[in-house]
Amino acid sequence: MSTTDASTGASTPNGSSRATDFALKVRRYDPESGESAYWEDMSIELEPERSVLDAILKFKADTDNSLAIRCSCQAAICGSCGVRINGQSRLACNTQLGEASEEERSRDGTIVVEPMGNMPVLKDLIVDMDAVHWKKVQRVVPWLLPEGDPPEREYIVPAESMIDITQSMACIHCGACVSACLSMEADPEFIGPAALAKAYRFVGDPRDAQTEERLRDLAEDPHGIYDCTHCFACIEVCPKDVAPMSQIMRLRRRATGDYGIKDSNNGYGHEKAFVDLVGKYGTLHESQLLPKSFGQGSLIRSQVDPSSLKQLAASFPTVVNGLKSGKVSPIKAIWHKKLPDQAQVKRIFEEVESRGERIELNLYIVGDDAENVEAGPDPDATEAEDGTGQTEQENGAGEAEDKPDAGSPEDKNGADKADDDGAQETDDEEAGAK
Amino acid sequence: MKVAYWPGCVSRGFTPELHGSMAAVAPKLDLELVELDRANCCGAGVIAEHNQELVDTLNARTFAMAQATGASMMNVCSTCQGAQSECQQRLDADPDYRAMINAHLEPEGLRYERAQGDWKNKNLLWMLVEDIGLEELRARVVRPLEGLRVAPFYGCYIVRPTGRLGYDEFPHRDFYLDYVIEALGGTSVEYAGSHKCCGFPVITMAKATSLRQAGRHLADAIDAGADCLATPCPLCHLNLDLQQPDAEKYVERELGIPVLHLPQVVGLALGLEPKELGMDKHVVKTKDVQRKVAELAAA
Repeated sequence: MSTTDASTGASTPNGSSRATDFALKVRRYDPESGESAYWEDMSIELEPERSVLDAILKFKADTDNSLAIRCSCQAAICGSCGVRINGQSRLACNTQLGEASEEERSRDGTIVVEPMGNMPVLKDLIVDMDAVHWKKVQRVVPWLLPEGDPPEREYIVPAESMIDITQSMACIHCGACVSACLSMEADPEFIGPAALAKAYRFVGDPRDAQTEERLRDLAEDPHGIYDCTHCFACIEVCPKDVAPMSQIMRLRRRATGDYGIKDSNNGYGHEKAFVDLVGKYGTLHESQLLPKSFGQGSLIRSQVDPSSLKQLAASFPTVVNGLKSGKVSPIKAIWHKKLPDQAQVKRIFEEVESRGERIELNLYIVGDDAENVEAGPDPDATEAEDGTGQTEQENGAGEAEDKPDAGSPEDKNGADKADDDGAQETDDEEAGAK
Repeated sequence: MKVAYWPGCVSRGFTPELHGSMAAVAPKLDLELVELDRANCCGAGVIAEHNQELVDTLNARTFAMAQATGASMMNVCSTCQGAQSECQQRLDADPDYRAMINAHLEPEGLRYERAQGDWKNKNLLWMLVEDIGLEELRARVVRPLEGLRVAPFYGCYIVRPTGRLGYDEFPHRDFYLDYVIEALGGTSVEYAGSHKCCGFPVITMAKATSLRQAGRHLADAIDAGADCLATPCPLCHLNLDLQQPDAEKYVERELGIPVLHLPQVVGLALGLEPKELGMDKHVVKTKDVQRKVAELAAA
């Protein structure tokens, strides 16, 4: 910042900033007081680059030491100070006062701070992580389950095979994704983004011998991988770009694509039905999606299998409503036009599906702008057909939702990440924890 | 303004009133729609879950068809927007990857070029604010929706993740629906669910999770005094309108609030009649909204 803004007290032209008054509205609650929760208004004088956590700690030091918040490193590493600021789940130490007060959703520049969502409040800004987050993490068996006797020394794995799981290893367990999760808001039993991202960390680990069992367990659980409503809230709030929802999609991909796990939640059926219908028609034949999903991808099965029929029957009133409203005509329910060039779409499906491996570009590893701003013409297509160097094969990498923090070179290097995290989290101690 | 128009599967499938209302509104906005009627499904997140190379190729095909028209691309579905932006981010990130994807398109004589300069893929909502402009929109209003209380429902795919949805350039995109409702003379209703998930993606897999979400947001909008919801996403519309009678069971209360498509709300303010906008093709009847609008016309 190099401009002066009197209203926000932003930086002066020479780069130094000056303290200004920030208005905070903090949610407070003390179960021992017998009082209900209330808002406390604060006015804190600090430089705009200082964090929301700094402001809260200043209030504690100067005004009321009974205000409760967890914190430790104050550098977005320990994951202790997760709160909601202006409705968004994030780390208080990682959110600048100046930015928070200027957000459109802050209203009149007041910074609203609340405890995280989806977890019970213990006091003020402290939530019960044990009751929700850690319990759910335990649920996914968060340690290695290798086969056979442990090796004499450490397990040796090629660095490339760990790249795929580096993103899920970056989790600092701050709970921001749990707080923001919209599926958990509707279904508190949902295993949730943090725990499922952790599950992928072991599903994707070549040393683990229970891959299929883990996937089957998470696919069959009605609150497992198919209970994720695909809302991107966890991706948006994660301070470490773990993109938990993307890890859940990888779990689904592994469950259906690699192991063909036909779960009773219709996860397999829905994916198969959707993909098959687009492969056949080019656009979605919506009226076949439901029965095919219920029939594990098969229209015939949907009409002979008792559990499929039961689900179809339960959908009957909705179908009637669709027909009655005129949204769905009887013709449309039965017949769907193929695209004019459907042969081309079919060819694309065949080319990709016959490859025998899934190619994925992992933007978490390669960054989201490999060619920088001054893009040249595309290189010769045939030369790059194998995608070497940029494109990781199955088990080598997956899709990534978000780029790592700009300007943090260590984040760009997947191998380093794997090494670092491997030392921290994947050592024999973890295997031994079983 | 000419746009390469991608209507998506649902607007030509279970929400024909969206396709029809967009066609009716376009001339009122001087939008020339060049419909991409040979383009394929965006994958709606499901094909991405299945195979990334496949979904990137399918959407590169759509982009290539749009680019061949010489115009920017417009969609009317938050889900198409999000699913396509995800693919576009990968395609734009890496020239080798893009070349590999383009090789699949070569037999059809198509090729996606990295989006540079003016070529963009935008939902109608973004077009209204950024390309047509709120001032211009206001100037075209012939029937201000005064007194109509509209609860905006954005749809996840158009608001998250901000990192790949152009929020760096346009940081207020998650307020546009409110802006548009106000520009049309209506009142934008604030309620808890505006930016939450309708639950549609799990309707076949976790029905309770799905319809509890839909039901709660509808109930919140009713409690906030809304006459109707408005959404730029036909999939949200399906869970909020088509499934609304079923959703009542999951929140254990009566609902009964109409859910309009964005072009329907715009069309009403620009002088089109409810019938022309397909407002008779809703599961939750829109007659109260129609009556209010008719009173406006009479006033």
